[in-house]
Amino acid sequence: MPTFVRTDKCDGCKGQDKTACMYICPHDLMKLDKDGSETGHAMRAFNQEPEQCWECYSCVKICPQQAIEARHYADIVPLGGSVQPLRGTDSIMWTIKFRNGTMKRFKFPIRTTPEGSIDPFAGKPSADMSKIEENGFFNHNEQNGYREGDPSELIKV
Amino acid sequence: MAGEFGNPEVVEEEVDILLIGGGMACCGTAFEIMRWSEGTGLKIKLVDKAAMDRSGAVAQGLSAINTYIGTEQDPADYARMVSNDLMGITRDDLAYDLGRHVDESVHLFEEWGLPIWKLDENGERHDGSKGMTPLKDGGKPVRSGKWQIMINGESYKWIVAEAAKKALGIDNIEERIFIVKLINDKNDSNRIAGAVGFSTRDHKVVVYKCKACLLAAGGCVNLFRPRSVGEGQGRAWYPVWNAGSTYAMAAQAGAELTMMENRFVPTRFKDGYGPVGAWFLLFKSQATNAVGETYMTRNKEMLNDYPPYGQAAVPASCLRNHLMLKEMKEGRGPIWMDTVTALANLRETLSPREVKHLEAEAWEDFLDMCVGQCGIWVGENIEPDKKNSELMPTEPYLLGSHSGCCGIWVSGPTDVGAPTDEEYDGIPDHLPKGWNWGYRGMTTVSGLFTAGDGVGASGHKFSSGSHAEGRMCAKSMVKYCLDNPDLKPELDASVEDLVAEIYQPVKTYLEHKDYSTAIDINPHYITPKMLQFRLQKIMDEYVAGVATYYTTNGHMLAVAEEKLGMLKEDAEKMRAKDLHELLRAWENYHRILTAEAHMKHIQFREESRYPGFYYRMDHNVVDEDNWKCFVNSIYDHEAKTYKCFKRKHVDLVDKSKLFK
Repeated sequence: MPTFVRTDKCDGCKGQDKTACMYICPHDLMKLDKDGSETGHAMRAFNQEPEQCWECYSCVKICPQQAIEARHYADIVPLGGSVQPLRGTDSIMWTIKFRNGTMKRFKFPIRTTPEGSIDPFAGKPSADMSKIEENGFFNHNEQNGYREGDPSELIKV
Repeated sequence: MAGEFGNPEVVEEEVDILLIGGGMACCGTAFEIMRWSEGTGLKIKLVDKAAMDRSGAVAQGLSAINTYIGTEQDPADYARMVSNDLMGITRDDLAYDLGRHVDESVHLFEEWGLPIWKLDENGERHDGSKGMTPLKDGGKPVRSGKWQIMINGESYKWIVAEAAKKALGIDNIEERIFIVKLINDKNDSNRIAGAVGFSTRDHKVVVYKCKACLLAAGGCVNLFRPRSVGEGQGRAWYPVWNAGSTYAMAAQAGAELTMMENRFVPTRFKDGYGPVGAWFLLFKSQATNAVGETYMTRNKEMLNDYPPYGQAAVPASCLRNHLMLKEMKEGRGPIWMDTVTALANLRETLSPREVKHLEAEAWEDFLDMCVGQCGIWVGENIEPDKKNSELMPTEPYLLGSHSGCCGIWVSGPTDVGAPTDEEYDGIPDHLPKGWNWGYRGMTTVSGLFTAGDGVGASGHKFSSGSHAEGRMCAKSMVKYCLDNPDLKPELDASVEDLVAEIYQPVKTYLEHKDYSTAIDINPHYITPKMLQFRLQKIMDEYVAGVATYYTTNGHMLAVAEEKLGMLKEDAEKMRAKDLHELLRAWENYHRILTAEAHMKHIQFREESRYPGFYYRMDHNVVDEDNWKCFVNSIYDHEAKTYKCFKRKHVDLVDKSKLFK
């Protein structure tokens, strides 16, 4: 289901050099048509290679105008359905519409900490350089996740 | 001065450690390395061809972490599982080491904010937002299988990337830089000296010098013709942006590859490629033929054709495909995932609260990691409790972190009894003997490290294991740099030549574009898109793609070899009409080299090690006497050919425990 950009909602990220969808697309698909020469719609983004779209929804989720939707792969899927998210800071809401009109809504958590709050080394020890050749990571006791293993399992040791 | 199309700005930079890629592996390295390099003065830089928040295989999210050992299983159990699923030929040292370390990363993910499902004291499951006891303090995960735990993972990559970016510092990260080639050292052809690439945003070529480099740029997708060839060709099972860059660049730099004949052909929900793991393992669904017979039961005696791998409690993934393909080939398709019965059965055993959540859980499984499958469900009016879904084996994929084991031969741990010598002749003299040669995660090229999909002969690392493997490389790269303070990398090619090589497709376009009136049809060049179609057609029809039900033979491979040779020549005439097409052109150079390695390894290995993934019909047996060994190769970049050879396989943990 390649994504598409709605002309009535996209604002080209207000004339910034780079749109949010261009920033995020992992496959370099989204492009801003500054002067309208490529699409007939100046200052709107578009999916420049829809047959390479993985449908990862990264652009759909990040668009500040909710201007990006997906139209299911035309070579596979009957028309009429839609799957549309609204991603917040701690959860995502999905609105799902079937071809036959059935609707479903789901909300799932996405994160238990505030966005941007990770302080990667806070409260964690510095690395002990004398142990750089040993097993484990710099903080392995603190994380409680190193699995020593039963030495008798190693048949050549 | 800013560059222009056809005349790029050239930026040269020298760092100590260069991280190529921004997926789980490099994020793990970025986090871990900043502690070990504290006070060393080492300069570290990460370059990603996309944006780290959504790059790599976890870009879309995941609904499970597939590798979590927990307190009740031993790293040796994990190594056994990896070995059997990959038909006995894996490096126990690498799998065991990963099993020791991987939970450390999972515990960090939870600390950073990844919601992980939990079981309460009554055995009921709760999503990860409920503030229950963390795993590291003894919280109980929801196991969807022996090794898998369920998560609310829509933002998995976003979270892991945030930690990596904060640790490394934004100043040490550059996004939208596509590294296309590694450069060896002028004074030592078996040492890394740098890497070159270009910006996909600005007219800019980048030339990095480095002492050590982590190459972790994913597996290889779309080297075979996909089942959907219209708009749907983007709906690959593995991320479509994984272009074999890891394997191709490593091979060109002289690194030894391993098990490049291995591939993964996942059986997935048809067309959308939605995950089946939760359906099989958590919802206990059965897969049947057209008339409702469970093929794993109906054809179970076929597992006895492949001892011992078919006789484990969980037969190897390829053999499960093998049993399904029999139904398809004999005309008893389509294959169904019986979601209706599974959900009805669950309703009888779950608490009312859990039943209420069951439908949401089933949808979340797709929405977290494969929205496209939901697109198919809504388009075809499929509600899983009312209507079953078709399953289908996909086109082949090459990868080393999921259920595949192709990749690069790396140095392993020294404390698990790995061999230190070789028994077979034919291994080129300059290559190390045994399974460890100094730095954990280093390839056979000094200073070149890899992790995740890059590491071959292991597999089943998945997201968490790739992160942990990246962290292991962080330590050893710092050690490598500290051990070699006087190393002064010198590129073995001139910057001018490298720039010309990278921008050749642009030059080709500009030189010839006015020859014809139709921009895409011109005898002087080939578009990256058409070149990719040609590659996919060759691989599909001769190298055991879906067109031949995954079968090939020596004669077909010889035809493939000839056609790939001409394709390689023509690749030099790829055009790029803009930076986006330059990206596609270089992705295809990488795909071709990866595809060639795959073909050469299948040609060399005269048996069918992975029934259900591919069959060499002229050697359609698993030949334990002659081929229970690694097939490795090196690429001669002067002659532009691969040379394959054997390395002996050794068990480091006892596999008989799998077979009762």
